[in-house]
Amino acid sequence: MLRDITLGQYYPVDSFVHQLDPRTKILLTLGYIIAVFMASNLLAYVPIVLFLVLAIRVSRIPAKMMLRSIRPLRVLLIFTFVLNLFFGAGDEVVFRLGFIVIKYEGLMNALHFSLRLIFLVMGTSLMTLTTPPVVLTDGLEKLASPLRVIKFPAHEMAMMMTIALRFIPTLVEEADKIMKAQTARGADFTSGNIKQRTQAMIPLLVPLFISAFRRAGDLAMAMEARCYHGGEGRTRLHVLKYGVKDALAALVVLGLLAAVFLVGKLL
Amino acid sequence: MSSAHFVLNNVSYRYDEDAKPALNKVSFSVNKGEFVAVLGHNGSGKSTLAKLLNGLFLPSEGHILVSGMDTRDEQYTWDIRQKAGMVFQNPDNQIVATVVRDDVAFGMENIGVPSPQMPPRIDEALGAVGMLPFVDRAPHLLSGGQKQRVAIAGILAMHPEALILDEATAMLDPSGRKEVFDTVQRLNQEQGITVIWITHFMEEAAKSERVMVIHQGEVRMDGTPREVFAQGETLRSFRLDVPPMALLSEELRGRGIDLPPDILTVEDMEREVLARCR
Repeated sequence: MLRDITLGQYYPVDSFVHQLDPRTKILLTLGYIIAVFMASNLLAYVPIVLFLVLAIRVSRIPAKMMLRSIRPLRVLLIFTFVLNLFFGAGDEVVFRLGFIVIKYEGLMNALHFSLRLIFLVMGTSLMTLTTPPVVLTDGLEKLASPLRVIKFPAHEMAMMMTIALRFIPTLVEEADKIMKAQTARGADFTSGNIKQRTQAMIPLLVPLFISAFRRAGDLAMAMEARCYHGGEGRTRLHVLKYGVKDALAALVVLGLLAAVFLVGKLL
Repeated sequence: MSSAHFVLNNVSYRYDEDAKPALNKVSFSVNKGEFVAVLGHNGSGKSTLAKLLNGLFLPSEGHILVSGMDTRDEQYTWDIRQKAGMVFQNPDNQIVATVVRDDVAFGMENIGVPSPQMPPRIDEALGAVGMLPFVDRAPHLLSGGQKQRVAIAGILAMHPEALILDEATAMLDPSGRKEVFDTVQRLNQEQGITVIWITHFMEEAAKSERVMVIHQGEVRMDGTPREVFAQGETLRSFRLDVPPMALLSEELRGRGIDLPPDILTVEDMEREVLARCR
């Protein structure tokens, strides 16, 4: 039952977006987030929608996958929309039914904030859908490496993330095994109230933690035996290199930023 | 210059200052290209020995020379670990990366192999252990024997001169054990890599060139498999078993059938029995 956890949500096809350097994708996603926050009226979302449609088409990610990425957000979306709709300030009444009053500003705000949420999540999902987690980690390491000057452990952080990703399936498998073993001895994980169920997790978590620590000790020794001694003097199999495609993608995002800025200025 | 690869001189190791030594005044040497099986019961000190051989542990007393380099000399630590690669017992706990290719590259990245040289060395190493078709797979989806072969490839890519396998087959099923043993034996024969094979499986020790038996932190026996397994009584006193055919011939000798003491395999037994039937 625990088997279906996939690593991240990487969607493996080959496309222009997939081929971009992970650093480009991280930086451009930041640029995109700024653009979304800069959009001050609904019209400013037009270039953002155009950009998203273009990016999704170019990335060859099925639209269904993209829509699925906003599904976990639906409760938050409804809240945002309803709260803004009914409790917005302003005087221009659009609709009135008994005590329910919808004002123009409220309607606009509701649309504005809901769209902002949707666009933020879709844009960032595009990055995680087109980049394997390990490559993303590589990109983060490279981007953060100038911070080593202020003693920020960029390499160590990236190595920790990679190892964590590597051990997720192993630990999931192990949790599954322990769960079955404890069920065979009469443990009950599925019934009772929240308190009882939480208590039932203890015989699962304790062995899992002990084994995780043992694994960590073994792994540390195995890494040392293979000459691991931190990031210094280390070479990499995958060398990150910016290419023409990265420049092209950067231009598109710069264009987006300019468009959003101009629309905000003019109207 | 002798061809000694590992030289141990009066080596002792204690986990705690005042604890009983896990290894006690051990001295021996292993030549280049040898295939040595180290046998011992649980807690005999054989795993400690493995970790001393590439500088993961440093001897409390005595000296260990690997290709002439003292493991206690810190400037050689990384050279020694690159030259004497080590495979551990649990296949899951020694794979670092999420893809086979990246894991094989891990050791090379650590010793600073230039990036363009890595792909051919990865192919070569995976080819040598017969895992080339799995280069893009996720390690957690491989069988135990396959994971151990990936671990061996990760070491081969660093171009080592010796392989130390610390019970590398203990957690595998019989077919996985054979798969890993055959791979290492072939590397020893074809590439002349020195092998130190630590195990408690008699069948594996019987197939090596030289067997050392460790008991209570001391080397008690050292010789060819035939010499060692002929001494069934002594082996049992170290809580070790004798290979089945050696045991059979011992029992038969006990009942007055005249068989030589150095029978190890079914083929030996067949030959000797046929010779007596004529």
